[in-house]
Amino acid sequence: MLDVKAGDEQSFALLLHRYRTPLVNFLYRMVRNREQAEDLAQEVFLRVYRAREDYVPSAKFTTWLFRIATNLALNSVRDNRYQRMEISLDAPVTTDAEDGDEKTLDLAEKHPNIEQHLIEETRRKMIRHAIEKLPEKQRAAVLLHKYQELDYGEIAKILNCSESALKSLLFRAYESLRVELAPLVAQQGKS
Amino acid sequence: MSCARMESKILGYVDGRLNESERAQMEKHFATCAACRLRVNEFRAVTSLLDELPVIEPSEAFDLRVHARVAAEPAKQSWWAWFMPSPRVAFAAALLLLATVWIGYEKNPILPSWDPKEADAQLMEDMPVLEDHDVISNFEPLKDLPQPVQAEETDQTNQTM
Repeated sequence: MLDVKAGDEQSFALLLHRYRTPLVNFLYRMVRNREQAEDLAQEVFLRVYRAREDYVPSAKFTTWLFRIATNLALNSVRDNRYQRMEISLDAPVTTDAEDGDEKTLDLAEKHPNIEQHLIEETRRKMIRHAIEKLPEKQRAAVLLHKYQELDYGEIAKILNCSESALKSLLFRAYESLRVELAPLVAQQGKS
Repeated sequence: MSCARMESKILGYVDGRLNESERAQMEKHFATCAACRLRVNEFRAVTSLLDELPVIEPSEAFDLRVHARVAAEPAKQSWWAWFMPSPRVAFAAALLLLATVWIGYEKNPILPSWDPKEADAQLMEDMPVLEDHDVISNFEPLKDLPQPVQAEETDQTNQTM
């Protein structure tokens, strides 16, 4: 980031290459819409570029990056709340690369074991929906903790709370997931 | 360690982020508390389930869009650029300065005013002096006389030689 600050355009391209996938995945899991997630990720990179001259390496770059991303995602989720409430959680999302019943048929044709594929797809849907049902801040905490593997201090800075408040937030989130995914958790315990 | 205190550390235990002594305390508690032992296993199952979600790749146009948006950003000017006028502004300022100087000169010329009538009156006033000067300078008999001062000077130069 310091090279970007010094005006090195190639370093910005490297930054983009390195963080685009984790950022798009984080935002996609937050807003549940691929197109919107990509738009938000572009906005994050644009804000990083705009702020390059004022960047002070007081915290880790990832903390700063995901703080911008989390704020944008939380605002977007809050803006779309009423709109999203009208959409059934079970409705297929055609723009979604992960689920989408239309894609299931195509994949099932190629898949050697259709039944196994459908079971896996159902599990994934349950997991996605369990994450989606979490309150926004808990969802962001789980995603940053599980998928970005950030430490508690970093996540606390991103979410603007104390470390003890974060631990409590994460505990409640994992408790909700444990309850929501109870059938799968039980299966997991047996296997 | 009580079950309530376990809550703040159970995730750290599952992630392996606890230090050795904290980990030992947790395991000591698990040995006597079946509920906490079950909970930690269920938390492990939850984190394992979260691993099942696939990673999506950004679309192919993603990088291009970011670069296009970055390229469309207006260039940031440094603070001292404010002092650097554009050529148009500099040209306009120069013209304005020139026009101001010219108008100022027209109203208050530097040379003194010259009135022909006044000049004629001055000439007429000085005429007697001029006439006397003219008479003396053209008085023929005076021209024949040698210049006394000049003669002495020439004598002195001859003697020295």
